[in-house]
Amino acid sequence: MTYFDNSATTNVDPRVLEAMKPFFLERYGNPSSLHSLGRSAEEAMTASREKVARAINSNSSEVVFTGGGTEADNMALQGYVFANRKRGNHIITTRIEHHAILNTCEFLEREGFRVTYLPVDEFGLVDPEKVKEAVTRETLIVSVMAANNEIGTIEPVRAIAEIAHDKGAVMHTDAVQSITKVRTDVVKEHIDMLSMSGHKFHAPKGIGALYLKTGVKIRPLVYGGGQERGLRSSTENIPGIVGTGKAIELSMAEFDDDVQKMTRMRDRMIKGVLSTISDSHLNGHPTERLCNNAHFRFDGVEGESLLIYLDQQGFCVSTGSACSSRSTGPSHVLSALGLQREQMHGSLRASLSKFNTMEEIDRFLEVAPSVVKKLREMSPMYDAKVC
Amino acid sequence: MGYSRKVLEHFTNPRNVGEIPDADGVGKVGNPADGDLVHIYIKVKDDVLDDVKFKTMGCAAAIATSSKVTEMAKGMTLMQALQLTREDVANALDGLPPGKMECSNLGADALHMAIREYLIKEGREAEAPAAIDERGDQCVVGAPIRPH
Repeated sequence: MTYFDNSATTNVDPRVLEAMKPFFLERYGNPSSLHSLGRSAEEAMTASREKVARAINSNSSEVVFTGGGTEADNMALQGYVFANRKRGNHIITTRIEHHAILNTCEFLEREGFRVTYLPVDEFGLVDPEKVKEAVTRETLIVSVMAANNEIGTIEPVRAIAEIAHDKGAVMHTDAVQSITKVRTDVVKEHIDMLSMSGHKFHAPKGIGALYLKTGVKIRPLVYGGGQERGLRSSTENIPGIVGTGKAIELSMAEFDDDVQKMTRMRDRMIKGVLSTISDSHLNGHPTERLCNNAHFRFDGVEGESLLIYLDQQGFCVSTGSACSSRSTGPSHVLSALGLQREQMHGSLRASLSKFNTMEEIDRFLEVAPSVVKKLREMSPMYDAKVC
Repeated sequence: MGYSRKVLEHFTNPRNVGEIPDADGVGKVGNPADGDLVHIYIKVKDDVLDDVKFKTMGCAAAIATSSKVTEMAKGMTLMQALQLTREDVANALDGLPPGKMECSNLGADALHMAIREYLIKEGREAEAPAAIDERGDQCVVGAPIRPH
């Protein structure tokens, strides 16, 4: 089975698993305990915090471990606006954010906050000028993702952060997809809060982190024993934290090679698909896109069918189609690009990792045209050339 | 995905795919904007469905139910085919996931429309089933869990 769904989740790097093992079997102490096993766990947590901090050019005191990217997003948005409500009630975000942001914003609207959802262009780019038009002294926070999880478009976060700061707003970015794919420097990019998730870069699921710049005040979401400086109570997930530290350390050490490899595979896939499958299109930005993301749409076919046929041929991909098993409608991201609904239905995302190979890309390029052809032969839409 | 083996078998190896160029009736249901469009073509001989074919753009459920309905309807009299329901087709496929029953199980509807067109052409409007309104359903399946 060839796995091209690494934007959904990744395999745990065997080296990460090895690093985690002792913290299940031997060094399983609670880091809050004073005995040696507890201290051993705490030391490991501190070391991992430093590794995460180093990867984004922050201080380890600015890294809060969470239960995942969604929790980090919630902590940033809810935590900041509730703690700073006296200063304003306005939030700016975009129409293409992950639902961890969008659904939190909807909740905050019900709590009396005003939210501006910025549009994007046909490639999924947010125009910083639109941020400039929307931001006011009432704006508490601007939250724009570093890179989109569906179409892979990389957003101009630095330019947006400067605009936010000019009006006294803080800048949050959901960097769940971009960490380890795009060099990230929270100082240079003027980022105040940044969310990440371990399982997107070969650490396990159930662990994430929020970078919280020194001086930025937030209200906790979880109260209890006061762990994570009182910002996120709950006994720390030490194996997950160790795994995250190891995974990000490996990714940073191997960054250039990994990114170059993924870029080569991505470009070969995009070029191959567009040149061998007629009426196929690339969604997202042609150049400002994640090194591991290829997002296509095929006229006259439906995404779920494409996904299952490819699965039967040994490829795991994803789709933004309405008929994907657990979605309630076509992708809000594709909709924000201005695509027609019939165009959105034929979408397919292939997201790569450093563990994929060029041979897998070539095999995909052999299989994909016949799969699309088979569906088009069945499709009344394709003959009619309606789409 | 929650699809039965029979659904996946019909989806993988759909029967009776194609158009009948000189069809006696054509039924077209669904809406490409909603992701499912089913066309059923019939050839009638002595009030019996001599040939039934389909073309479908849609999810696995839409393709499998289209395939199954053509297989079931072939050889039936028009009146027998008009008794075929969505439930009959779904049951013959060992069921469909929740939600797919409504939004993607359009084969029986398209078959009935094809028969209606034929009966009207033959001047037998009284025997024709009522027209099916354009469906505007969206696929709503399960909880809206969205991975990054």
